[in-house]
Amino acid sequence: MYTQAKRQRNSIEPPAGVRLIRYVDALREAFEQEMERDSKVFLFGLDVDDHKGIQGSTVGLQEKFGKERVFCTPLSEDAMTGVAIGAAMAGYRPIHVHIRMDFMLLCMNQLVNMGAKSHYMYNGQVNVPMVIRAMIGRSWGQGGQHSQALHALFMHIPGLKVVAPSNANDAKGCMIAAIRDNNPVIFIEHRLLYAIDGYVPYQSYDVPLGKARVLQEGEDITIVAVSHMVMEALRARKHLETVGIQAEIIDPISLWPLDIHTISQSVQKTGRLLVVDNAWLTCGASSEIITQVYEQCSANYHTIPQMARLGFAFTTCPTTKPLENVFYPNSRTIAAKAYQMIKGQDHHWEAPMHAQTEIDAFKGPF
Amino acid sequence: MKIWIEDPMHTPELVARLYKKMSLIRRFELRLADIYHTDAIKSPVHLSVGQESVAVGVCDPLEKTDIISNTYRCHATYLAKGGDLHAMMAELYGKQTGCAGGKAGSMHLVDIKNGVLGASAVVGTTIPIAAGYALAMQREAKITGYQRVVVSMFGDGGTEEGCFYETINFAALHKLPIIFVCENNRLAIHTPIEKRWATEKLCERIATYDMKTHKIDDGDVFKIRDTIVRVINHIRKEGGGPVFLECATYRALEHVGPRDDHGDSYRDQDDYQRWQEQDQIIRLGKMLDDSTRRMIDDEVTADIQAAEAFAANSPYPEEEELYTHVYASETTKK
Repeated sequence: MYTQAKRQRNSIEPPAGVRLIRYVDALREAFEQEMERDSKVFLFGLDVDDHKGIQGSTVGLQEKFGKERVFCTPLSEDAMTGVAIGAAMAGYRPIHVHIRMDFMLLCMNQLVNMGAKSHYMYNGQVNVPMVIRAMIGRSWGQGGQHSQALHALFMHIPGLKVVAPSNANDAKGCMIAAIRDNNPVIFIEHRLLYAIDGYVPYQSYDVPLGKARVLQEGEDITIVAVSHMVMEALRARKHLETVGIQAEIIDPISLWPLDIHTISQSVQKTGRLLVVDNAWLTCGASSEIITQVYEQCSANYHTIPQMARLGFAFTTCPTTKPLENVFYPNSRTIAAKAYQMIKGQDHHWEAPMHAQTEIDAFKGPF
Repeated sequence: MKIWIEDPMHTPELVARLYKKMSLIRRFELRLADIYHTDAIKSPVHLSVGQESVAVGVCDPLEKTDIISNTYRCHATYLAKGGDLHAMMAELYGKQTGCAGGKAGSMHLVDIKNGVLGASAVVGTTIPIAAGYALAMQREAKITGYQRVVVSMFGDGGTEEGCFYETINFAALHKLPIIFVCENNRLAIHTPIEKRWATEKLCERIATYDMKTHKIDDGDVFKIRDTIVRVINHIRKEGGGPVFLECATYRALEHVGPRDDHGDSYRDQDDYQRWQEQDQIIRLGKMLDDSTRRMIDDEVTADIQAAEAFAANSPYPEEEELYTHVYASETTKK
């Protein structure tokens, strides 16, 4: 596997064989390399072959691989998911694209009743190797039905895998691993990550599903952040450095299977765990991560670490900016929470306002 | 009746074969109904008694490599397509030797090597999956030069699901090599079609998608089979497809379970009478000479007894089996 992402970020000169490209272009490269490698891979969904090509992630693929392997669909998310499952059972490797994750709620019957269960229910007679791309929107008025992060719904179901890479290197490697996997993989992409550059190898490689990545090392607290919240957690780490706190930042990358071992090891070292989910907390990924850490500590008679979590406000996401600002955790609320966990409940501290971020830069409309 | 035997398409051999397939399905299911009270079968059963001619008429002309996709009322199509009888009975018994190792039961029968896709308990669910399989077969045929055909079976209730219309549109758009077959028994559990459909013009509705349709309203096994033969030729040899068939039929027993529920208030006794008079197993039985019919009946009896013994004597799965096949382990080669 390729070098740690943190080394890429810290180095000034790019390592050999890599270059800076955007998250969205890293995805596109994964499709191109996998479709070249395996003629059974095809990609479909509304707008995948239009002039904008899903923010560029599918641009040029139809020209290269033809209309049978890259094609648009009617707005029939339920049946198209079934079509993907049927083709997968017949030995193909479909990639089905949703421009917003919210539309996946139209596919739940196919995904949960057939996609997840067929390999088990039919006792291994069929495999369902498919990738569902789902984009989470945020900001510029995306609102209640264009910004949901529903990974916990899918983590709950035996038979599904759920991944949410946060940087370009992992986006490419994880997509390649997802396409090669013989199970249905829900591949969660955050719209605000698309434009962010990262060092990505030219060649094909896979980032294994089920392996977390320690992005930054630290001794004082473990922050596990999901999807776009990795960006906020990395910024929070910088805030915390100014007050002498070293946070260890972990990106699970794969939410299911979950690499609890890497997280637990870190928490053993720091004694504190803050989970920052890019989603609601109730019955969520944060609940699962904290429970598993607790169970491991209990089972091994370890001291129970200090644990807390942050995530979306338990409301529907509002469109207006002043309300949206308080709906999401941000680097300052994350830093303040970590500070409080370390210094004690009575110690309040707020980092200074942070610089412009990809959030402020995003002007929609898509 | 003689007209069918004189028709060159309908040789005595064909009559005997169709009679045997339909008899096997009915007598197998009636045997299930007989032993249901013993709890040997630990699965809800949705019996196809009365609907055998659709399954057999549709499946008889299919090749082993063709595919059938099912509903939870799948015993008839599973057997008609050549699904393994012993593995089916063992599955109903919850045994390790069952077609899905005891993990599927009656509602999810599967036999991929004989072209039977796994069935679903959720109405309509398998319709788009069959279309996805047909899409794959369409791609495959461009490499192999041979077009396999997919048949998607569903009931009148299935046509009320959104995914049905989504699939019809997609299949017509992509000219998929698929035959949609609606087994219209006019009942969804206990609710008659009159309470569910604004009009009964199903074929007319589907024809607006620019899809060829056929309606067979009397369960005649020869008419169903002949139609399917023509449709398969159209798809396999002329690159045609998709095609839609509506086959009227009659569910003789209750929705789920072994009981004849004609004493319940919702049943129309005149319909029952009419469908009994045109019962295809009785009809084809009369077309055979006595010794042939007796020989077939004896073979069917022996087949069912052997399946029952196989199931009874097979072991239950080991407890470790609980966790096998949650995830497919291997990934594709790199």
